[in-house]
Amino acid sequence: MTDFQTTDFQQRALTLAGQQQSPAWLAALRFEGSEQWLNADWPGRRTELWKYTPLQALQKSTSAGWSSALPQGAGSAALLTIDAIRLVFVNGVFDAKASTANHDSVVRFSNANDAQRSLIEKHLGRIVDTKRHLFASLSNAWVQDGVLVHVPRNVVLEKPVYVVHVSTPEAEPVIANQRLLIVLEDNSQAELIEHFASDARTQNSFVNALTEVSIAANSSLQHYRINLEQEAQIHIGGVHIDLQRDSRYSGFTIAEGSALKRIDYQINHRGNGAYASLNGVYLPRNNQLVDYHTNVEHWAPHCTTSEIFRGIIGDSARAVFNGRILIHPDAQKTLAELSNRNLLTSDKAEVDTKPELEIYADDVKCAHGATVSQLDQTAMYYLQSRGVSKTQARTMLSFGFINELLQDLPQPAVRDYLQHHLTVLFGMDTGTGLS
Amino acid sequence: MLEIRNLNARVEGADILRNLSLSIKPGEVHAIMGPNGSGKSTLGNVLTGRPGYEVTSGEVLFNGKDLLSQEIEERAREGLFLAFQYPVEIPGVTNMEFLKASVDARRKHLGLPDLSSFDFMKLARETSKRVSLDAAFLKRGVNEGFSGGEKKRNEIMQMMLLEPSLCILDETDSGLDIDALQVVAGGVNAMRDDKRSFIIVTHYQRLLDYIVPDHVHVLAGGRIVKSGGKELALELEAKGYSWLEDEVA
Repeated sequence: MTDFQTTDFQQRALTLAGQQQSPAWLAALRFEGSEQWLNADWPGRRTELWKYTPLQALQKSTSAGWSSALPQGAGSAALLTIDAIRLVFVNGVFDAKASTANHDSVVRFSNANDAQRSLIEKHLGRIVDTKRHLFASLSNAWVQDGVLVHVPRNVVLEKPVYVVHVSTPEAEPVIANQRLLIVLEDNSQAELIEHFASDARTQNSFVNALTEVSIAANSSLQHYRINLEQEAQIHIGGVHIDLQRDSRYSGFTIAEGSALKRIDYQINHRGNGAYASLNGVYLPRNNQLVDYHTNVEHWAPHCTTSEIFRGIIGDSARAVFNGRILIHPDAQKTLAELSNRNLLTSDKAEVDTKPELEIYADDVKCAHGATVSQLDQTAMYYLQSRGVSKTQARTMLSFGFINELLQDLPQPAVRDYLQHHLTVLFGMDTGTGLS
Repeated sequence: MLEIRNLNARVEGADILRNLSLSIKPGEVHAIMGPNGSGKSTLGNVLTGRPGYEVTSGEVLFNGKDLLSQEIEERAREGLFLAFQYPVEIPGVTNMEFLKASVDARRKHLGLPDLSSFDFMKLARETSKRVSLDAAFLKRGVNEGFSGGEKKRNEIMQMMLLEPSLCILDETDSGLDIDALQVVAGGVNAMRDDKRSFIIVTHYQRLLDYIVPDHVHVLAGGRIVKSGGKELALELEAKGYSWLEDEVA
């Protein structure tokens, strides 16, 4: 059974996708995406990957429904203070004024030279598995522009790449497609910060954001993905990573909730000795939802995965965490750890957590666990016994629970920004500085 | 300062304190000794209002006010301080944040103006020096990864910053080497004056070589079975506790 309204969304989105102008060499990918998008079964409650996350929020009731954005100026979102190669998009449209000058390693698809174009053709839409990721096919159907970060052999990118997606409210709610492709050649290194932001006004857009990462032998990527948009913002995002021999990926992600916020991570250990760490934080409040689905697949031996996700769920909010680690038969000597801890700060808050470990190799070390709890009563007593009020003690412990993952972030600009954001969010700025 | 009258308390259904009475005047140092399981730690926990410690009867007056009806944090702001036997680790909250929040709360209660961040950090650094704790510990998570001795010195630092009127040290000397023990004792002795009182809960007489008490009490079976001067501690050191437990039985 398909739902008429949502099928209508598929049609509407496809029509808009068809209206996008793009270079001819992307036509094949767009066609393939369109076919898949239109033929896909719309997820319902029985669809395992979307079991706890209904897509009703995509059914806008306005007569015009969804539209696509017109070029416009930057919004007033608070950005990081950082010396970086910066690219700013507003509702999916590139904002040259807010961005730094062109850089050899960082180009938009529309400006790609022949060599870059063949890299894009080789990797774009090829790292993500569209059969498993419905909205990736919409992204393929829509792809009109995007960002390629290409780090050649033996190159260490001298500055972080900072890609900002700002949402601002439009007269008609828009769909913004964001596309990012990272290609690290052998022995290279880069740092990438993706920042999804909005101004404080009530948002009405839907961002479909897809990032594909190819990390070649002995290369490393430090990656941050920050999702701190206003709560009416709809966001469906995916990060898909292929790791070759001895390569390293260190990811950190944080999301506040919204009417619908779903982020998927797919990490593939394809070469021996690869390393991946992924830490994440989710903080839904009010009636918000955050859904993280992570899937790490070990295809090769001697690879390591370390994954820690923590969430604080307040009010009537809901969080979904599904963390799967799959060890294929050839992936002997795998080390994998997954931990998910949740704090519920209200009786109506809800979390659906499901860590999954599937092991088909016999010589591996794996651990996984999930907890849902209230604040530590002994720590509460300790703080109160020093004169700290119950309310402030709760705030401090909640902050500490999240700050444990923030305090060790290697990029100080991101760390400071997020720590400050959290002190404001938790209302606990005591002015002693946290770092 | 402190009046405990016929205090009875239970933990997890078991009666631990039985008709305990104790009177402490300003400026006095009382040592409470006793064998394991005698209720020594329970006393500090009950006085500070630790959840799970149920007072079944009796009363406690602190500075003339009913203590047991006060919230945990009110008792602390009034000037009651417990140095924990097992200080709690709070990762993600820096020691500095924690100390500032504590001192702010106490000062506000006393009607004193907030210290500026600059002044507080200066004070905290000076105080950490006094307990031989490197200032780097101020930036770490509360007690996170601290050794046993570092945790105890952190407790003494808190005591110095909060300037309480009644300090309870719950086996602060347990597990300390002689250097750390001297730091703890030095902290207490530096704070002794004619207004501030101390309850030193200890299993060992050794600490009392450095902190000389005015009174020594022996707790056994949840009540005080013997009280005396500082010489009682030496007697206990020589004879152990069993002769007193026999008396109780």
